[in-house]
Amino acid sequence: MPDNIGATAKSGVVELSDLEVRYGDFQALQRTNLKIESGEFFSFLGPSGCGKTTLLRTISGFQSPTLGQVKIGGIDMRAAGPNMRPTALIFQNLALFPLMTVAENIGYGLRVRGVPRRDRDVTVSRLLDIVSLLGHGAKKIQELSGGQKQRVAIARALAVEPSVLLLDEPLSALDLKLRQYMRAELRAIQRRIGITFIYITHDQAEALAMSDRVAVMNAGRIEQVGSPRSIYSAPETPFVASFVGENNIIRGRIKRFDGTEATISTALGDFTGRAAGNLHCDQPAAYFVRPEALTPYQPSHETCFAGEIVEILYEGNSSQVTLRMPDGEKLIARSVTSMTASPMLGERLRVGCNRADGIVMAIEGSHP
Amino acid sequence: MRSSLALSLCLLLPFLVTAILLAGGLFRRQPNASPGPGFFRRNGPAVSIYLVIAVSAWVFLTIVFPQIAMIDLSFHPNLPPKKIGGPEDVFTLENYRYFVFGPVSSTGSLNTLHLGAYAATITASVAVTALNFILCYPIAFYMAQSALPRALRRLIILLILPYWINEVLRVFAVRLLLSDAGIVNRMLLATGLVGTPVDFIGNNVGLYWGLSYTCILTMVFTLYNALESLDKSQIEAARDLGAPWWHVHMFIVMPYAKPGIASGCALTFMSCVGSIAAPLVLGGPRTLWFTPVIYDRFYQALNWPLGAAYAVILLVSCTVFVLLSLRILGLKLGQIAR
Repeated sequence: MPDNIGATAKSGVVELSDLEVRYGDFQALQRTNLKIESGEFFSFLGPSGCGKTTLLRTISGFQSPTLGQVKIGGIDMRAAGPNMRPTALIFQNLALFPLMTVAENIGYGLRVRGVPRRDRDVTVSRLLDIVSLLGHGAKKIQELSGGQKQRVAIARALAVEPSVLLLDEPLSALDLKLRQYMRAELRAIQRRIGITFIYITHDQAEALAMSDRVAVMNAGRIEQVGSPRSIYSAPETPFVASFVGENNIIRGRIKRFDGTEATISTALGDFTGRAAGNLHCDQPAAYFVRPEALTPYQPSHETCFAGEIVEILYEGNSSQVTLRMPDGEKLIARSVTSMTASPMLGERLRVGCNRADGIVMAIEGSHP
Repeated sequence: MRSSLALSLCLLLPFLVTAILLAGGLFRRQPNASPGPGFFRRNGPAVSIYLVIAVSAWVFLTIVFPQIAMIDLSFHPNLPPKKIGGPEDVFTLENYRYFVFGPVSSTGSLNTLHLGAYAATITASVAVTALNFILCYPIAFYMAQSALPRALRRLIILLILPYWINEVLRVFAVRLLLSDAGIVNRMLLATGLVGTPVDFIGNNVGLYWGLSYTCILTMVFTLYNALESLDKSQIEAARDLGAPWWHVHMFIVMPYAKPGIASGCALTFMSCVGSIAAPLVLGGPRTLWFTPVIYDRFYQALNWPLGAAYAVILLVSCTVFVLLSLRILGLKLGQIAR
């Protein structure tokens, strides 16, 4: 509840130690160790089937771990069912109770706890105020719009004063405008209430826009944990580099590595960029460069690409240009509209970037 | 003369109804009459005509006409065939009077035997319906929400299998099981739990057992059907908000399944009140179920009009009872047919 932020925020630390979930032979979640701080907005980002929903269900108590433990507020949750945990879950489909009014939905958790009707009403109207739905309490769920339903679900979850709010892709059913609005709204509510938010999404823009920290997941494993900025600008694995945002990938072999920078030799020539992790010579690797880092070539550029324009997508504030490189691979560059002459299909174009814009990373044979 | 008229009506009416519906279909085809394509255009003439004839034959030949004949019969005196249609064949309420007050010659002021049987039947059927609901709800919930597909298939086969056996045989099997020398009593005696055989039949345990058993499928599958469409996340949301299991069932699952529950209970109640094999075979010597009473009017007393009156009383009162119950639950008839 917004009134006793201090009391609840203290216990909102979520610790996962050696957590593993298996369904028969299928390893849904590989050994995971992670600490989510109290009051943090933490996102798990990954494609569908990466284990993020399993992880969320394990924290909320609907899935019991095969190994390891979940601690919330320092207390082991092994013996606590979902109804006994200081968490509240916002379901992907919201799971509002269709036979109850908005107010009854929000008050359900309190009714279960035996809170008298009078006190319940007070809390419910305060929550309706928080989610800007005052005056909608007597409405049926079906009478609400998508965004309003969303906010009822949030209010219903907040009513039970959880220390941790778990959100399972709650915005995925909304249209773009509303989704962007709800993003800001969620973030604002989280700041106001100060409890831990754990957010699951496959939408990188959502994760990057709202979170304090993001964990990128793939195939049941956390690949990288960090601030949105570090996830985007300093990916540590090829998966993170290609899943979060767009990246051009040029494959080759390591030619030189000095601890911070590496040079890779590819069919298009040698490229130098920041080195991610430990590399050694002749290792299969790839050079990653973001489309927005590639600008029309200037003499000051340390790296240069030249190719034939095969596609132009005009996007208003920028354009996306696809170049065909001499080896037949495609290279995407953005924000080349600042050029004096607008590019034409079939023209040759030179784009460039600096060393710091490229990342050299080891890849396994099959990896992107 | 009356019967020949009824017969010709019976045979003609389906065609009459077809004609009326056809006319209706033609009318609906007119512009602005309906938003979508009409019944006939949607299904094509062959299927439409078959559907109309089949459904109207089903409704009129097997439901409406027999009941009309029964109602008609119940308002006539019991006469030998020769006098039917004669001057003595008048409209009378004597059959209904008989149900309440007994024969004119009787000394009692009320027909306590039949009224008692009627009341006992209704009460026992309500009890059996309630018992069946309690027994079947957990099974149906498990089937609808928890069971894995394999387990579900197996469970459904196990539930259906006993119904391949004739009802009379099943009822006799229960009787064998529960009789003085039956397996249950022998086991009780062998373990020393009781000194003398328990009179399951006389205490109507057998009757309730048999009736519940007869109606179990109706109840399980109606409830299953209603519970199956409940979104699992509704239950999880309630759990997540701190609800204990009983609360989830009382305030989330049951309100959702209310139409299904009502429908299952109505079906069970109706088939329980109307069942004949179980009361005949399993009823104790002191038990008089109402259906055997009706049966006896027809075949023992050979008083068909009286039997018809009793059948009408049972049908009408049960229908009223079910409709009233639905009303109290705040449901419409259309909802339970979902």
